[in-house]
Amino acid sequence: MAEIRNYTMNFGPQHPAAHGVLRLVLELDGEVVKRADPHIGLLHRATEKLAENKTYLQSVPYMDRLDYVSMMVNEHAYVMAIEKLLQIEVPIRAQYIRVMFDEITRILNHLLWIGAHALDVGAMTMFLYAFREREDLMDCYEAVSGARLHAAYYRPGGVYRDLPDTMPKYQSSKIHSEKETRIRNANREGTLLDFIEDFTNRFPTYVDEYETLLTDNRIWKQRLVDIGIVSPERAKALGFTGPMLRGSGVEWDLRKKQPYEVYDRLDFDIPVGVNGDCYDRYLVRMEEFRQSNRIIKQCVDWLRKNPGPVITDNHKVAPPSRVDMKQNMEEMIHHFKLFTEGFHVPPGEAYVAVEHPKGEFGIYLVSNGANKPYRLKIRAPGFAHLAALDEMSRGHMISDVVAIIGTQDIVFGEIDR
Amino acid sequence: MSTTQLENLAAALKDVLGDKLVGLQTHFGEVTIVVRAEDIITACTNLRDNSQLRFDTLIDLCGIDYSAYGDELSARHGLRNKRFAVIYHILSVEKNYRLRIRVLAENNEFPSVDSVTEIWPTANWFEREAFDLYGIVFTGHPDLRRILTDYGFIGNPFRKDFPVTGHVEMRYDAEQKRVVYQPVTIEPREITPLVIREEHYGDCES
Repeated sequence: MAEIRNYTMNFGPQHPAAHGVLRLVLELDGEVVKRADPHIGLLHRATEKLAENKTYLQSVPYMDRLDYVSMMVNEHAYVMAIEKLLQIEVPIRAQYIRVMFDEITRILNHLLWIGAHALDVGAMTMFLYAFREREDLMDCYEAVSGARLHAAYYRPGGVYRDLPDTMPKYQSSKIHSEKETRIRNANREGTLLDFIEDFTNRFPTYVDEYETLLTDNRIWKQRLVDIGIVSPERAKALGFTGPMLRGSGVEWDLRKKQPYEVYDRLDFDIPVGVNGDCYDRYLVRMEEFRQSNRIIKQCVDWLRKNPGPVITDNHKVAPPSRVDMKQNMEEMIHHFKLFTEGFHVPPGEAYVAVEHPKGEFGIYLVSNGANKPYRLKIRAPGFAHLAALDEMSRGHMISDVVAIIGTQDIVFGEIDR
Repeated sequence: MSTTQLENLAAALKDVLGDKLVGLQTHFGEVTIVVRAEDIITACTNLRDNSQLRFDTLIDLCGIDYSAYGDELSARHGLRNKRFAVIYHILSVEKNYRLRIRVLAENNEFPSVDSVTEIWPTANWFEREAFDLYGIVFTGHPDLRRILTDYGFIGNPFRKDFPVTGHVEMRYDAEQKRVVYQPVTIEPREITPLVIREEHYGDCES
């Protein structure tokens, strides 16, 4: 009889389904996975060490580059940690803007996830659909911050500036006639809030479109149902958070359970799964699209009615206005000190967690009173999820590993940090 | 957490841990406890299994190097010349509690703390990370390997005495036709100097 040995196969670091630079060492018995050993760190940039050598404000853009598909939520945890240590109040309008952009970011993240996940499993169309909507949302990012991805929009004490009254517009060119451009710009004539409202009115239909493509699709269900089942107890023991935990049927959402900013004033529901397989996690995220859309709508309504400041008037932390800075000696000193030395954070330690699209994103900040953090620890949700890949994929076929990577919504920026 | 919740948690912790509880602080609505390194396994098992607490999830585990923390702050935290500590952030999904545990490693030259992978399986990678970045050894860990740094990396990059530039850099050598390591050629520079103000700096009164 022929001797049968297990295969050891290398998956990645360059593989279209690896979602970045994941190297997986798979031990296979035929096509069945016996052991999966993820090798990470290929995108390690030592963000935490770099932050120890930068002032607090200089580290804000590093946060964008952690989970580079949900930029503003990363910033949110970081600025909230600083605000907690400084004990400063954030104006209510800034809180609403932050919540609105958190939810826009959640939709952005889930759109990329559904696109990439479906592409991995074999549905090309989803990717094109998802990126069509991402385009509109990234235009919102561009309108408020000037950048389409790495916004650096949230600042300690509020947000960088108020929502703009105009939207960036398309221009006619050789391939887009003037008439066509007018149609494309139709929903960009008003303010940013008008544009977002228009999007929230359109978006539920889009989600229905995605669901008609996938939810009852036979191939989709064959690839996802009963794959990577995690029981609620096991999910908690493995440190799952966010949709991964909710997919296993645990009703846990920081926006409800430990509300921050103005989430306690908003009306939304938390979807939970039943079986804890990839298909349930898919359904949970699809419902989160609709709930986020609801939250954005409520924020738009509120922001329309309530103008006000968007950043704290404590000029030890936030810069004064340009006019004041040019005319007032004290404000000039504030401006100068803020951008040369940075602000000082009183000694202490704080842990702040936000409900990131992928799970619980936490910042543990230790300060010794200097203008730079003493220690910054980033708790990335994907790190705990990827650690469970071995357990989730054992006994499954090699093609299911791809589905499990997709359902975990892996992004290497945050895992490797 | 609300004030009543914090009080309940503090009372339950004193009740459950007894003399294993070395210190307990509440600040910014967060509870921090200090536990001796030799007690960590029993303490964590109690925290997880006790019906008043049910800390079923380990959210985060990280190392910290207190060597540049400042004498006054070190004294205030009762560090007593101990350099390394492990910080655990745990969460009780059932009771909605959060807790931070600080464990100081006894030996500064060879810091080691017992592994909690048996209690919370998610600690596996977090402990590998703390081992990689700080050189803290977790005894009883099933697979203590480096995780974030390169294969064959030397040193513990997050220690305060490790330079930001590192010690070696990598380049392609055209003669040898392969990638080689060499000592770093980057000049260390600091654009914004580190400033620590004394307390009440710039206050107008007094």
